[in-house]
Amino acid sequence: MEIKFLHIGILTWITFLPVLGMIVVLLLPKEQKQAIRWTSLAFTILQVILAVVIFQNFDRTLAGINSKEGMQFVEQYRWIDIKSTSWIGRIAIDYFVGIDGISVPMVLLTALISCIAVISSFSIEKSIKGYFALLLLLDTGMMGVFVALDFFLFYVFWEIMLLPMYFLIGVWGGPRREYAAIKFFIYTLLGSVLMLLAMLALYFSVTIKDGNEVIHTFNMLAMMNPENFVHGSLLEGVGTSWRYVAYIALFIGFAIKVPAFPFHTWLPDAHVEAPTAISVILAGVLLKMGTYGLMRIAFPIFPDAAIHYLYPLAFIGFINIIYGAYCAMAQKDFKKLIAYSSVSHMGIVLLGMAAMNTQGMMGAMFQMFNHGTITAMLFLIVGVIYDRAHTRGLDDFGGLMNKMPKYSGIMMIAFFAALGLPGLSGFISEAFSFLGAFQTFKWLTIASAFGIILTAAYMLWTLQRVFLGTLPEKWNNLTDINGREMAMLVPLAVIVIILGIYPSPVLDLMNSSANALVDFVKNSAGIAMLGQ
Amino acid sequence: MINQVLQSLPYIVPELIVTGTLCLVLLLSLMMRKKSDLLVFVAALGLFAALAVLTSQPFASACLFFKMTVIDPFSQFFKLVILFAALIVVLMSRFSDEVNQIKKSLGEYYFLVVSMTLGMMFMVSASNLLMMYLSLELTSLTSYVVVGFIKQSKNSSEASLKYLLYGAFSSGVMLYGISIIYGLTGTMELSGINQVLAQGSANTAMLLIGGIMLLVGFGYKISAVPFHFWTPDVYEGAPTTITAFLSVASKAAGFAMLMRALKIMFLDSSALEIGNEFWPLIHGIPVVEILSVLAVLTMTIGNLVALWQDNVKRLLAYSSIAQAGYMLLGLATISNEGYSAVMLYFIVYLFMNLGAFYVAMLISNTLGSENIHDYKGLGRRAPFLSVSMAVFLVSLTGIPPTAGFIGKWMIFLSLINVKMIGLAVIGVLNSVVSLYYYLRIVRNMFLHEGEKEEVAIRYPLAQQLLLLCLMVPTLYFGIFFNPLIELVQFSVQMFGIK
Repeated sequence: MEIKFLHIGILTWITFLPVLGMIVVLLLPKEQKQAIRWTSLAFTILQVILAVVIFQNFDRTLAGINSKEGMQFVEQYRWIDIKSTSWIGRIAIDYFVGIDGISVPMVLLTALISCIAVISSFSIEKSIKGYFALLLLLDTGMMGVFVALDFFLFYVFWEIMLLPMYFLIGVWGGPRREYAAIKFFIYTLLGSVLMLLAMLALYFSVTIKDGNEVIHTFNMLAMMNPENFVHGSLLEGVGTSWRYVAYIALFIGFAIKVPAFPFHTWLPDAHVEAPTAISVILAGVLLKMGTYGLMRIAFPIFPDAAIHYLYPLAFIGFINIIYGAYCAMAQKDFKKLIAYSSVSHMGIVLLGMAAMNTQGMMGAMFQMFNHGTITAMLFLIVGVIYDRAHTRGLDDFGGLMNKMPKYSGIMMIAFFAALGLPGLSGFISEAFSFLGAFQTFKWLTIASAFGIILTAAYMLWTLQRVFLGTLPEKWNNLTDINGREMAMLVPLAVIVIILGIYPSPVLDLMNSSANALVDFVKNSAGIAMLGQ
Repeated sequence: MINQVLQSLPYIVPELIVTGTLCLVLLLSLMMRKKSDLLVFVAALGLFAALAVLTSQPFASACLFFKMTVIDPFSQFFKLVILFAALIVVLMSRFSDEVNQIKKSLGEYYFLVVSMTLGMMFMVSASNLLMMYLSLELTSLTSYVVVGFIKQSKNSSEASLKYLLYGAFSSGVMLYGISIIYGLTGTMELSGINQVLAQGSANTAMLLIGGIMLLVGFGYKISAVPFHFWTPDVYEGAPTTITAFLSVASKAAGFAMLMRALKIMFLDSSALEIGNEFWPLIHGIPVVEILSVLAVLTMTIGNLVALWQDNVKRLLAYSSIAQAGYMLLGLATISNEGYSAVMLYFIVYLFMNLGAFYVAMLISNTLGSENIHDYKGLGRRAPFLSVSMAVFLVSLTGIPPTAGFIGKWMIFLSLINVKMIGLAVIGVLNSVVSLYYYLRIVRNMFLHEGEKEEVAIRYPLAQQLLLLCLMVPTLYFGIFFNPLIELVQFSVQMFGIK
């Protein structure tokens, strides 16, 4: 499947449209506030349209994972090509993008969340030119991560996001923004440099045929084939200690982003200080990069190590679920509560992945999508109330239900989806994850399922504190949500409800890839074990 | 005899042009004291002409002046870096209030800068210990003077004195090391020393002592820990233009000399195989171990101390110590790939470090301060300057899509290739640490509001153009680094070795 506009593939368009938008925004004079806002919105809407085109034309039967033929909308061009010398072979790096069932839901999510983040940013007043330029650059980085199939390219996109994020939190954030921004930056950079080393080790271990020459490569798909590993290289063979080390290095890099316990401490700070739109992006898209990286890179490239460390992974998932839920329960700040609930919900993704069966994997992938939409809603809801009351203290509110009926209606959808009420999308993905995990880790799953009760507890308690009871006098003049806020919340609510009742549109996208991924990891690890 | 001298002359046309330029600058400054722009023009033109001639003879490879110097792609490459840095520094000096306030002796200033350049050009091509020493002294003596150029400033004079004392001491030690090596081998010519060492007759312990003494001289020039103590004070006290020049060109020349000495002296050419990543070294001398320790110390101490600095120049001084540490990592691999990574790093470093110092200079022109706390709110007052500073600093940290990332990437690539994983891990962790202090500057510029009223600062177009000349390559080479790698892979060839 290929779609091109002006001889440039659709994935390149969807990735670099925001950069075009950024250039236009930078060229506009900074007094033209409305023009800057609407330009950014126009470009992200275009991106959503492209995402819909991709959704329509995506072939649900192809699996992808480790074969280029299974990837769709592929574009591959030589980016860097340096002829060989007597002491080092040719260095060739490709601009190689393509999507399969793992990435396509993420591409849709990124387009959607970016657009909604732009709408939500309309209320920003402080140097908006810089703000929207950075937001659009961030958008490109995120989209690039999900479409890249070359490790080098992936890494570049992965790092491009850091700087805009740092500034967006650091300049437009809350009172402790500096601390939160630098903490985010240092944590993520620490993870990515470990990933860099693993990437370089892989580079020297893998070769492919390019014409008549045998060259080293950053091609992820080539890295998944054990036959491509050079004899005598660092990461050759099966279950050798360096393979475990490299897997752990990759894992830490991704786990920081998830964030998995004990690397999660940057998240609450970053969320609390970030402006609403950035929290939405952070929770909606950025966290998924961690789990996406595990599925796209760590699992298929190191199936032996992945299988070997499944239990620790599940255990980290379990800690995330329970610990995140307990922390959420203790919070008095609305935003911090949602941040910890993210930690808890991402734990379910980890647990589902660790199950290493189709249900678990599907559950994890679907949970990634659903968490993206639901948590985005939750943060937007906090943003709405914060814009009006300038406080996020849970105990400061009460009885908002009568005062803001439309707002409360939407809030109910988000809250119940987050606590996994059947009929809303969160339920399906959580059920799948736990179902899958139960087959592999019985007791751990039972213990983790306890987290659902905790989630229900803190969600309902929050609902009670903020929306029920009597309205304090000082909030008598709160207004209900306006049209712009409806525009960003309603689409998400609709998606949450539709996918709760009829999840197949998204499940179909990832079904064959999830199957293929599980089979691939299990088989290659299995063959490897036999070979030993 | 005279024949060989005459034959050698065509190869050193760039050096001759630079020599001519410095004579001309001196003469002009005697005749026309008031016309400082003319001096800049002549100096820049001379350097540019030298660059042009240099690039027209890329494949030259010969042994000159009775084996005193050689000309090979390796030396040509470093001359290119040095001349380019000198050109930028001369142009920078034109905009520096610090330098221009001393109207009377501007001629001397440009004269000294050009002489330093000449010294460095000979440093990178010297193939004889004596020649190395002489050219190193030529560079050092001129730089002592120019560091103390601002006579009214106490800091500048202190820096000059400190530089002189440390320099005199380390070149003394180096000279002693040279005499020991000469005593052991009976020759001062690098490949001659190599032949004697290959026979294995030299006393290893004495050789080690001599070698380490020699290293003191090199270490001083590249400000590697523990020979770095002069660096922060000198970098802080000297005029910013000179600091920039020292941190790039002087370091490049020191590195080139060290790289050549290491490779030519200690390579076991009888065991050399084509395609082997590791060079076989003459056994008995722990070159790799010494370099690894030096590299780890240099980057770690440089980075950790930089965390506490409040003066931007001093911070950049420690940062440049740390940067030398990363480059030493590349040396420690003792492979062509490591060498070419270091050379690549120098091109990148040229743009980003000169850029950072240039911005610091422009800011101190208007604010009169180098304190990091005075940078508050600059993001709004001088957006273009601040954004480019952010680009340079991000590049120094080594984050894509800037050229600094490619430099670090090549170094770690070469480390992983020879399976020095421990060093690679220390290296990447160091770059995480460095992020913190580089971002401190960015943070003050963008995240803090200025205390005083926010008046926009305007800079003349010419100053912004020069800044653009440094920033565009920093970004461009981060994405399209093909030509850079091809250049360094070609330039890594040294005379006398396949």
